Amino acid sequence: MTVELRGLRKSFGRVAALDDVSLTMARGEFLALLGPSGSGKTTLLRVLAGLELVDSGDVTINGRQAYGVPARERGVGFVFQHYALFRHMTIARNVAFGLEVLPRHRRPSPRDIRDRVQSLLELMHIGDLGARYPEQISGGQRQRVALARALAIEPSLLLLDEPFGALDAKVRKSLRIWLRDLHDRMNLTSIFVTHDQAEAMEMADRVAVLRAGRIEQVDVPDKLYAEPASAFVHEFLGESVHFDCTVNHGRADIAGLDAPLPVGDCPPGPAIALIRPHEIEVLPGPGPARVDSVHASGPLRRVRISLAGQTFDVLRARSQWTPAAGDTCHLDLTRARVYPSCSFAAPIS
Amino acid sequence: MRAALTALTAILLVVLLLMPLAVVFTEALRHGLDGVLDTFAEPDAIASIGLTLIVAAVTVPLNAVCGTAAAWCIGRFRFPGRGMLMTLIELPLTVSPVISGLVWVLLFGANGWFGPILNRAGIQIIFAVPGLILATTFVTFPFVARILIPLMEQQGVAEEEAALTLGATGWQTFWRVTLPNIRWGLLYGVLLCNARAMGEFGAVSVVSGHVRGQTMTMPLQVEALFNDYDWVGAFTIAGLLSLLALLTLAVKAMLEWRIGERGGPLL
Repeated sequence: MTVELRGLRKSFGRVAALDDVSLTMARGEFLALLGPSGSGKTTLLRVLAGLELVDSGDVTINGRQAYGVPARERGVGFVFQHYALFRHMTIARNVAFGLEVLPRHRRPSPRDIRDRVQSLLELMHIGDLGARYPEQISGGQRQRVALARALAIEPSLLLLDEPFGALDAKVRKSLRIWLRDLHDRMNLTSIFVTHDQAEAMEMADRVAVLRAGRIEQVDVPDKLYAEPASAFVHEFLGESVHFDCTVNHGRADIAGLDAPLPVGDCPPGPAIALIRPHEIEVLPGPGPARVDSVHASGPLRRVRISLAGQTFDVLRARSQWTPAAGDTCHLDLTRARVYPSCSFAAPIS
Repeated sequence: MRAALTALTAILLVVLLLMPLAVVFTEALRHGLDGVLDTFAEPDAIASIGLTLIVAAVTVPLNAVCGTAAAWCIGRFRFPGRGMLMTLIELPLTVSPVISGLVWVLLFGANGWFGPILNRAGIQIIFAVPGLILATTFVTFPFVARILIPLMEQQGVAEEEAALTLGATGWQTFWRVTLPNIRWGLLYGVLLCNARAMGEFGAVSVVSGHVRGQTMTMPLQVEALFNDYDWVGAFTIAGLLSLLALLTLAVKAMLEWRIGERGGPLL
């Protein structure tokens, strides 16, 4: 199953939900669509399922043009954010639905349907819930039922919309590992939507970061984290410390800091430098920065530092040298990434 | 203070609701069961009951289907003119029943817009059964739609979309997902629609023409018998209508209990 999206555009009124989205997916891949709410990720998923029509652009699923193919003929499994289980049917009937609506000549016998439903429920570890109704089971169980129902039609592509959005943190954690494992065991090709960067980075083979209907970057999690293509991606993927700076002659000057930074390919003019708290190197002073406080934070120490009127946190491993509160120190920000300041916008989370 | 209010409510309840109901049944039974049976032996009375049933039998299914379709359109889609359509659906509730009857006379009566054409074709609508059905359908149209629209809006489209992605056709989705989800609401609406269809007086009175044994529904028959000083007859038919109303109330209460138990707030 390969999926190819080319130049997708879709707007609701004057708001562009998808703005020239192109993406290619390989068979067996587990892709995350990551972005703040309103970034178009759910719209993209609905377009793939045939629940939404694009204004322009092509969707090709397994080499077949999807344009004009209605949702029911796409063979795409969709797990809805709030599960959308049929409330008047038992769990078993919910899972059987996709098989029971098949035309007679393709429909398995009632006995086969029953067996298949039972084995799916067992695969989801909810084999004894078949006779219950959706309102009688927990959120995590509903999630598994929704998944079993989508998998019953043996979809070529599985789409999950915020699959863990409505679950509490603990259930969420265990379901993540379980879902990733299921994807691998069943040779699925899956796309899931999330606004939780930790979830995306932990589960997906590749992550596509969306912002205002555009794909900002698609890459494997490691690379995405290490080499964010834009300030937005940098901010969205984890804690970032933000310095305003000016790029001149290929170097960036940060107020209060004596050593200018290398800037890569950032054009001259106003810019911002972003760096992760653990990437900031603290060197013994006296220097321009002052240590406000030091807190233990699990295996790390969180050092609050003031520099030229700006306050930010630096993370230090316990094995590293750490200044004491009230000290002054030098900072080494050479690992910072510099972006032109026009590309910056705070993530809406 | 609270006791006084409670007492006042109780008195009002007795005077306004229970006493009239008691009057209906005591007056009907003034000459014992024989008087009641005599009334039902009258061909005109039988005809009025039959006509009421025919009108309800056509009107109620028609409104159930149209009401469901209208609710589906309004509850599921956003389109220009949606608010207008919702207002139009409520129109029969706000318009005086006399006007609801009169519009049909103005349209299809002998001197109405389409009167001459219908007359030439030999079709009679006003002062005949089709007119009664038209007027009753108009008056009872809002009941099903008004109950289903909020219900369908609250339930949302997710289950239907899920059915589509699972390979169901439009009809399969309707019969297997949409209809089962709204069935109690639909039944409730049908019940209210039926009660009104059988009890409607004003609109029906205008289009009926009061031809005894032919265009008199039960409420009209009650009035006619009352005007003839046939008290027992009038109250017997009225009693039958009241029984129908009580039955409707009982089923309605049962439905509400049933809907409440399934968890979904409905009204």
